[in-house]
Amino acid sequence: MAEEHYLELSENPVQFEHASSVNNVFFDEANKQVFAVRSGGATGVVVKGPDDKSSVAFRMDDKGEVKCIKFSIGNKILAVQRTSKSVVSSVKTVLSLRHTFTHITRNASILGFCWTSWNEVVFITDQGVEFYQVFPDKRSLKLLKSQSINVNWYQYCPETAVILLSTTVQGNVLQPLAFKNGNVSKMSKFEIELPVVPKPAKLSLSERDVAMATIYGQLYVMYLKHHSRTANSPSAEVVLYHLPRDGPCRKSHVLKLNTTGKFALNIVDNLVVVHHQSSQVSAEGARLLGSAVVPSQPPVPCQLYSSSWSVFQPDIIISASEGYLWYLQVKLPPTVKLLQDKGKLMDFLLRRRDCKMVILSVCSQILEGSEKAGLPVVATVFDKLNQVYKEYLEAEQSYTAAVESGPSRGGAAQKRPVRTQAVIDQSDMYTHVLSSFSERKGVSHKFIIAVLMEYIRSLNQYQITVQHYLYELVIKTLVHHNLFYMLHQFLQYHVLNDSKPLACLLLSLESTYPPAHQLSLDMLKRLSTANDEIVEVLLSKQQVLGALRFIRSVGAHDNVSARKFLDAARQTGDQMLFYTVFRSFQQRNQRLRGSPAFNPGEHCEEHVVHFKQLFGEQALMKASTV
Amino acid sequence: MLMISPKMASGMQEKQYTPCLLNFFIYNPTFGPREGEEEKKILFYHPSEVEKNEKIRNVGLCEAIVQFTRTFCPTKPAKSLHTQKNRQFFFEPEENFWIVMVVRNPMIEKPNKDGKPPTVEYQEEEILDTVYGAVVRQCYSMYKLFNGTFGRAMEAGGVELLMQKLEKFFYRYLQTLHLQSCDLLDVFGGISFFPLDKMTYLKIQSFVNRVEESLSLIKYTAFLYNDQLIWSGLEQDDMRILYKYLTTSLFPRHSEPEAPCGTPKTVKLFRLAGRDSPLRPEVAGNLLHYGRFLTGPANLKDPEAKFRFPKIFVSSEDGYEELHLIVYKAMSAAACFMIDASVELTREFCEQLDGLVGPQLTLLASDICEQFTINRRTSGPEKEPQFKFIYFNHMNLAEKSTIHMRKTASVCLTSVHPDLMKILGDINCDFARVDEDEEIIVKAMTDYWVVGKKSDQRELYVILNQKNANLIEVNEEVKRLCATQFNNIFFLD
Repeated sequence: MAEEHYLELSENPVQFEHASSVNNVFFDEANKQVFAVRSGGATGVVVKGPDDKSSVAFRMDDKGEVKCIKFSIGNKILAVQRTSKSVVSSVKTVLSLRHTFTHITRNASILGFCWTSWNEVVFITDQGVEFYQVFPDKRSLKLLKSQSINVNWYQYCPETAVILLSTTVQGNVLQPLAFKNGNVSKMSKFEIELPVVPKPAKLSLSERDVAMATIYGQLYVMYLKHHSRTANSPSAEVVLYHLPRDGPCRKSHVLKLNTTGKFALNIVDNLVVVHHQSSQVSAEGARLLGSAVVPSQPPVPCQLYSSSWSVFQPDIIISASEGYLWYLQVKLPPTVKLLQDKGKLMDFLLRRRDCKMVILSVCSQILEGSEKAGLPVVATVFDKLNQVYKEYLEAEQSYTAAVESGPSRGGAAQKRPVRTQAVIDQSDMYTHVLSSFSERKGVSHKFIIAVLMEYIRSLNQYQITVQHYLYELVIKTLVHHNLFYMLHQFLQYHVLNDSKPLACLLLSLESTYPPAHQLSLDMLKRLSTANDEIVEVLLSKQQVLGALRFIRSVGAHDNVSARKFLDAARQTGDQMLFYTVFRSFQQRNQRLRGSPAFNPGEHCEEHVVHFKQLFGEQALMKASTV
Repeated sequence: MLMISPKMASGMQEKQYTPCLLNFFIYNPTFGPREGEEEKKILFYHPSEVEKNEKIRNVGLCEAIVQFTRTFCPTKPAKSLHTQKNRQFFFEPEENFWIVMVVRNPMIEKPNKDGKPPTVEYQEEEILDTVYGAVVRQCYSMYKLFNGTFGRAMEAGGVELLMQKLEKFFYRYLQTLHLQSCDLLDVFGGISFFPLDKMTYLKIQSFVNRVEESLSLIKYTAFLYNDQLIWSGLEQDDMRILYKYLTTSLFPRHSEPEAPCGTPKTVKLFRLAGRDSPLRPEVAGNLLHYGRFLTGPANLKDPEAKFRFPKIFVSSEDGYEELHLIVYKAMSAAACFMIDASVELTREFCEQLDGLVGPQLTLLASDICEQFTINRRTSGPEKEPQFKFIYFNHMNLAEKSTIHMRKTASVCLTSVHPDLMKILGDINCDFARVDEDEEIIVKAMTDYWVVGKKSDQRELYVILNQKNANLIEVNEEVKRLCATQFNNIFFLD
């Protein structure tokens, strides 16, 4: 039944000492670190994360209950908040803490703080935000910017360094602030529609129902809109607000959950995951995926959705009582069944991280077996794959071009395009899908050929050069079913691109299908780099004169090996032919070197002897006669 | 009965008569071997009004000639008999079944003074065995396409059925023979292919595959544009004769003012303003389309419409198979769908086909047209080709002619003098005699040069009109033609 689960918890969770009366556990979303603080730090602080291997341990004096504890980026400075009025920062060297300095606010109470770089920190108080730079050597803080505003609560998105502030009495006007290189920029604020407007006004938007996340590189605010009896909506929904860098925020998506109860949100591989505690299921919705309710399966035995579970963005689940930190993962193979429309399924899969093998298996599925799809569907799938493939090829090409032209312009070094798993190239298709499909018994050859042609059509449509092995597969299939006339027509319209290997393949078909000879010669001719091959083909057919005329027409008469032609002419047993060819080369020698004689290097002595035997000494062209 | 082309020579009032059909008969000597039963041998005789004894005499004569010449060469019986007034062609398509065609030689009638009857001069050497021999073979192939072999009719219903079938078929078919305009192209019996870029070709492939998939009754498909072939699912020989039927009989009968290719604007207009177009587009779903059946029902909406399609016979792995022939056309694109004859075709099927194929074919047709126009524009404005040539490839039956005008229902017009056409035919006969590649250059009357080239399986005939050209110049000229027109094939100089 494992197949049924679309989500799973990571196999190697970060383990830490579980929360207890003597051990407090904190989590820092920015560094993805879990802090296990024993007895207020006196008996040790163990920091683990973001993976199971990295860990830091130190001691600090117990100066009261810790409310919040975070390292700056790169574990340079540790900040600890014990009261609502002050935060203590210490510089960390290897295992000890030194240089302690304290930041104290006067009237406001500190809601929390966030590190935005190794030495920049933002304090959020109920009266505004203060942005400081920390000078650890001087044990001082320098105020960079401050912003005064009434704050109910805040959220921080470390990836984009954006802090979201809840303002106004109801708390539903949200103000995002972006922090970058010592600067604060105010992004446009926006209001979240509440399901019911309370009277009198009171704080109605809870911190728990709002989360920030980046989806496909764009910042979103997710709002979990609970079901309300008075409103029309029968169930809870997740409302996504898109926060562009510039410009106003826009309500972009609504995911209907069709149920009510306690929810939590995660973002996994750009999918919105909604956990539903009472039914112990998670619903996920991609931007293109409607939504689906699916159960998840943990790899470690533990109680699913226990009350001590906390969910953090983007994809973290922590069970403080058990001492585990998991990353949530999407299991792609089972999701394939979620979407019947294969085009939409491809859109969905192409955006996932570990999609390659799943996509390829879907391709195989739609070609054979019970889930076989029609050609239009196959075509749609191929087009979608090739579009991504083409985009990658183009990016790669422009990168190569930029590298070759040198860093002359602007010095803006282009980044090498990343080849994601979604790039499914021809060899992937060939190895994993097409070659086995074309050999499948019980599939009509009509369908096989139609599929191959469809793939070639799609590649051509995206102007991708088709690899030789695909043509070979087409030819093999056609030949196997004796569909030579079909093959002939494909070649006639140059559907199969010219190449030397293809021409040779055709030559090899001559015995079963004589016209292949002509097709092959035409192809060699069009290649214009295969004159030697043409001569070989003609000589092997004993068309010595034809070969001679051809080599003359392309102007290579002076350089060819006379011996090769004379050998072939002699083999025909046609004495006049031998005479003609022999004289032709004598004339060439005369023209090139002023003498009809062959050079010793040409190894034509035996032919000279043969010529004399047949026609007599006097038939030889004499140097003096010209 | 005589066909007269009123060609007047200067001075004297000469009348020239083109070659015409005198007799056409089919017999089987084994059907009436005894004396007094000779009439039984005759299966078909044209013209039918000929007196019985004359029929018997003519058949007897042919039988005798064939028997007599067989003694000289048992494997190759006589193919034709030349006489002063006419020429007879013999063809034995199936064992003991003989088709004989008698063609009257062209002649010139010179009026005499003093009220004497005019003198008739027969031009015995003007017509070519190869051309009319090919015509006879074509007659048989056409019969076979629609009726199967003679033997098949014999098995099904004996001599009576065969005679009925022959009568029914040849009565009409012989009227469509235009012997005076037969030429080298009849010898080739080639197929004109529509030049197309790879992408559009692949689109057509995709279309054909999809239609065959969703209408699984369809066994074979052929696709044509502008009366030129693009795709054939049939084998070459079957396609050859079907192509002949489509282009010389079916399409001309249904020709109508359609948007000529080369004016894509017109096509666009057609798409948008269907109301004003001469064709009333069918509305299927929300898509306008111009698809219609050329065989079968003329109007699907007609409650009386009959869903009967012509049946054709094509070769299959085990002999022959009988198929319904559905020809469906949208603008200049025509698709032939062939379905096993044992299946009964219904209104539902035709509606399904119309709904599926109509919109797609309409779209494809305008795509092809657009592509074709772009290609023509990029390859430079189309000049009246300086060269008049005929090209034929035995391998794929591809033919190309700048000598022949568009074929019409009645005649195939050529733009050159019949004498030159005859030279082409003569060169072709020479080529047929040997296996090797060769080249023949002929200086014709006036300023014409005729060049024939044969390379591997390809033949090229060029007619040049250059004042005072010499052999070398003509040779150079032809080389240039090959380099420009045939640079993508292997064609030995």
